[in-house]
Amino acid sequence: MTATLPVYSKKDFQTDQEVRWCPGCGDYAILSAVQSVFPELGIPREKFVVVSGIGCSSRFPYYMNTFGFHTIHGRAPAVATGLKVARPDLEVWIATGDGDALSIGGNHTIHMLRRNVGLKVLLFNNRIYGLTKGQYSPTSEMGKRAKSTPYGSVDRPFNVLSLALGAEATFVARSVDVFQPHLKATLKHAAAHRGTAFVEILQNCNIFNDRAWEHLTEKEVRDDQTIGLEHGQPLVFGKNRDKGIRMNGLDLEVVPLGNGISEKDLIVHDAGHPNPAYAFLLSRMDGRPGFPTPLGVLRAVDAPVYEDGMSEQLRQIIAKKGPGQLDQLLHAGDTWEVR
Amino acid sequence: MATTEAPVRKREILEQAVIRFCGDSGDGMQITGSQFTNTAALFGNDLATFPDFPAEIRAPAGTLPGVSGFQVNFSSSDIYTPGDVVDVLIAMNPAALKMNIADLRPNGILIVNTDNFKEVDLKKAQIKVSPLEDHSLDGYRLFAVELTKLTRMALQELGLDAKSMDRCKNFFALGMCYWLYNRTMDATYKWLDDKFKGKPVLAEANKRAMRAGYAYCDATEAFQTSYEIPPAKLSPGVYRNMSGNTALALGFVAASQQAKLPLFLGSYPITPASDILHELSMFKEFGVVTFQAEDEIAAVTSAIGAAYGGSLALTTTSGPGMALKTEAIGLAIATELPLVICDIQRGGPSTGLPTKTEQADLLQALFGRNSEAPVPVLAASTPGDCFWVAVEACRIAVKYMVPVIVLSDGYLANGAEPWRIPTVDQLPKFPVTFRTEPEGFMPYARDPQTLARPWAVPGTAGLEHRIGGLEKQDVTGNVNYEPLNHEKMVRLRAAKVEAIVQDVPDLVPAGDPDGDLLLVGWGSTYGAITAALRAQREKGARIGHVHLRHLNPLPANMGEVMKRYKRVVVPEMNLGQLVWVLRAKYLVEAQGLNKVQGKPFMQHEIEAKIEEVLGEIR
Repeated sequence: MTATLPVYSKKDFQTDQEVRWCPGCGDYAILSAVQSVFPELGIPREKFVVVSGIGCSSRFPYYMNTFGFHTIHGRAPAVATGLKVARPDLEVWIATGDGDALSIGGNHTIHMLRRNVGLKVLLFNNRIYGLTKGQYSPTSEMGKRAKSTPYGSVDRPFNVLSLALGAEATFVARSVDVFQPHLKATLKHAAAHRGTAFVEILQNCNIFNDRAWEHLTEKEVRDDQTIGLEHGQPLVFGKNRDKGIRMNGLDLEVVPLGNGISEKDLIVHDAGHPNPAYAFLLSRMDGRPGFPTPLGVLRAVDAPVYEDGMSEQLRQIIAKKGPGQLDQLLHAGDTWEVR
Repeated sequence: MATTEAPVRKREILEQAVIRFCGDSGDGMQITGSQFTNTAALFGNDLATFPDFPAEIRAPAGTLPGVSGFQVNFSSSDIYTPGDVVDVLIAMNPAALKMNIADLRPNGILIVNTDNFKEVDLKKAQIKVSPLEDHSLDGYRLFAVELTKLTRMALQELGLDAKSMDRCKNFFALGMCYWLYNRTMDATYKWLDDKFKGKPVLAEANKRAMRAGYAYCDATEAFQTSYEIPPAKLSPGVYRNMSGNTALALGFVAASQQAKLPLFLGSYPITPASDILHELSMFKEFGVVTFQAEDEIAAVTSAIGAAYGGSLALTTTSGPGMALKTEAIGLAIATELPLVICDIQRGGPSTGLPTKTEQADLLQALFGRNSEAPVPVLAASTPGDCFWVAVEACRIAVKYMVPVIVLSDGYLANGAEPWRIPTVDQLPKFPVTFRTEPEGFMPYARDPQTLARPWAVPGTAGLEHRIGGLEKQDVTGNVNYEPLNHEKMVRLRAAKVEAIVQDVPDLVPAGDPDGDLLLVGWGSTYGAITAALRAQREKGARIGHVHLRHLNPLPANMGEVMKRYKRVVVPEMNLGQLVWVLRAKYLVEAQGLNKVQGKPFMQHEIEAKIEEVLGEIR
């Protein structure tokens, strides 16, 4: 590589297209964070491709001055997988939502994770269908009253991070649209991961599901209701950093610090722990009374990357057999000549 | 050691013969038939095959649903079909006999394995009285052979268990047929050595069984006559035996070489298309990427992603999978990316008849998408033609930046014929160049002749742009909902597909260039129509035949050619889909000849229709 990389600014990643999300939508904040992070990754702009499915979040590519592909509902992971396998040199990001990735596209999502394709996935979770104007989604809480469930939904929701972990995800993280520094830091972690980097972004739909995450994100409650995971640091949270999480048997336990309980008794966060059961336990804290919701990187482990395996197999076969000769291929097997 | 030299006895020279091997799904009938076919091909016969097997991997042994058959027609002259009637029927059990006897010609040779005609076997086949005893087979030359017992005797020194020995009995039958038609066993020896590389005792067992079958005919003098079918006078060249699915796979590799693009196949296993995936997954030295997707939708959408990245992209499936890919094909139409979609048609609707053939996906291919979404559609006419159609589909896809549907069917997919191998310089060359120049780049600016938009792949500096399924503005490609722009784009996409007619050769009818009747066919009916046309013209009929490779757009002279004949008949393995298109588009009085039985047309069925229609004219 002799060419020097241009120095990019946020502006280089903005398009001339008018952004058509509702005023006040959390998507603006996510767009801004991504446009801020991309210039810092040291990657030529033309190498970026943003792939999306259908939904409000999936309009994302139109506003990113990179290559972009707005595909069809739920299929972004499959389109992106084909692209990444064919072109491992590209930096492929997916913008998707809770309906797109977990309902209509659930199958592609789990198989992308299982294969560990080198894709960065931003799942905007607003717990509602926005673009179709307000039906409950697979992450909506039970009893959700929405357009299609006037008497409340009877569906149990997915825990997004548990689902990803169950599908063999090698990188699982969570951030929040309005926590800009945290979101940017999380995106950078994701960018550095080889394999599928899966980031759930809690996002507010101020039109159809306003304040869905307020119980976690409001200034007065956020420190008590969430816990920021830092690799190598003990699991401490609370406005006064006076609560921690430790193991109790096969489960987690929230304990007050003091009275003989110190940080030494707490779990030290290890995102690289080989056993996904640990990250799974963290993901199950969501909604448990007294437990904080985890933010940050739950899991980041090395595992074979799909497109590497595909490319390596081609290289090995070509090294062994030599590059294919069409004439030989056509004449393979038993032949006979008619004169 | 038995010799592979044919013994001297009365020999009769025939022009052509049809053999059908039939037995239980576990009896190895497909292998037996394939071996006989391969030997006939290497000998230089023209041939056509019809493998016919159940969808179940192993239905209960000995039952009617478990019957599997393989028919081969081999000849010293040109042939076009596997044959309407069977000359030699090998039936390994009562169920196979019951299911197949109707197709054996009067006085035909019938070889049965009498060891499988016990009370219990008859019961499984729902037969009360053994046909070997009730004189129902008196009209045939019956050879009742204790195939199982004789095979075991031949193998007794090898120390195999009974089950392993019984697995060789199909090769005993094969040996008998090799004697009957004076064939050498060399090619099958070679195949066995290869197949059982790690288990030489099994190779030896099958060889011994085959030799025993051969020697049985020699020694018992059961057969007074053996037959000889001289090599056919095929056009000069190097040949190989070719099935439709293999031909498609080779065609796509060839196309990727000629386009100078890496080949990407996204596919999900489905009968009868899976063999294309199997074949292409072996060709990695050509840089072929095969992606076995999680479902049919991921198969096509991964291919769209690869096409976007600059691969020659392909997806293969059958009818139910086509249904699932529908929305994604629309995306490829809207984003104007090159893509080839192969539909190996089978009986439907729904799961239908997975292993049986049909041509009922034509209207799905032409129209089966939401909104105005035309695509070019091509159909292969013979197993070998699948190669050329694959190449042509790719050439059109990249030249016009358009998804192309290729129609084959179960009959072409599994059927085989001698295929003259082209030299590489006989293949069309169509090297692709991507757009690289940022100056004046517009994602939806068009080539004036083809209306193709530029192929601008990610990674090209200065060409960053966005595409998608939303309606876009002409030229700029920006999202656009204006009414007149939408209509313009709808018309442009249609005009682009219509423009492909400049690449479609005019039709030249086989047979009479004008006259009383024109047969219009497409797809795998080619052989039966061609054979019927020849036979009827020899009887003096003034008839012609056009066989459509391009079903969209249709050849420019389609309407004019039909007007040269008093009647137009369209044989199809559906309820009348092409005839519907022709009537709608050209206002002609075309009539259908329709068969939807999961089986290809017989020559005589088409001849009967020709005679009926000609009778009406006279």
